[in-house]
Amino acid sequence: MYKPEMVKLLREIQAVDFAIYELALFLNTHPNDRKALEDHNTLVTRSRQLKAQYEDRFGPLRLDSISKYPYQYINDPWPWEIEY
Amino acid sequence: MWYYEKKLQYPANVSGPDLAMAKYLYAQYGGPDSELSAAVRYLTQRYTMPIPQAKATLTDIGTEELAHWEIIGTLIYKLTDGVSPEQMRAAGLGDHFAQHDNALYPHDAAGVPWTAAYIQATGDPIADLHEDLAAEQKARVTYEHLISMTNNAGVIETLSFLREREIVHFQRFGETLMLVKDYMNRKHIF
Repeated sequence: MYKPEMVKLLREIQAVDFAIYELALFLNTHPNDRKALEDHNTLVTRSRQLKAQYEDRFGPLRLDSISKYPYQYINDPWPWEIEY
Repeated sequence: MWYYEKKLQYPANVSGPDLAMAKYLYAQYGGPDSELSAAVRYLTQRYTMPIPQAKATLTDIGTEELAHWEIIGTLIYKLTDGVSPEQMRAAGLGDHFAQHDNALYPHDAAGVPWTAAYIQATGDPIADLHEDLAAEQKARVTYEHLISMTNNAGVIETLSFLREREIVHFQRFGETLMLVKDYMNRKHIF
């Protein structure tokens, strides 16, 4: 069974990644908006930190993440099995 | 190419059973204005977009629609997980159960299977972007219909997020349309 800390960190990643996605869609039609680009890049740094922290504690988010032995990517829970 | 990331774009919880809602949610899983239609529509139309802003917008909104398709799938999965054939039948999902058990399948709320006939790709960016603007509005109103049919707080929260995304996508497609029109006017096609 997964830990509540896993869900908490995952929700934090969801929030940061959503902000990145929203800014990216905006930047697609406003590539010259310097402020939006700065916000985007700041959040990308934050997302990378959070994901490194998450993967260290709870395993790979992606198939190209570093995994311990045995291969951890396959482990439950998958996203549709989590109580958020 | 795409990589899968083991997370939903937005949390999807259900506050207790609401099996009738699982049936209605199929509108957005495999209906004409579903997240699946949106994803396939944008990811197909992007090849013939004339400017970088449009290629990027269709690629990234199309990708986000796949993430929304996964969220709808998660809601349906959670609402139907472990439900008996009798309960499925009582909720109007007997036809679904006969063919699919508790598996998910891309059909609409009435069981009509998804078809590529729901989407178009004309090769004309102006025509395609107008279809996309309409698609976002149709999806927005479908979410409003769905929200009006349930009291399930978890489902409502997630559907409210998805409804808002339709509005943002409509805005981005509107900007893309203006940029494409500017480009076409500059090209002096006679």
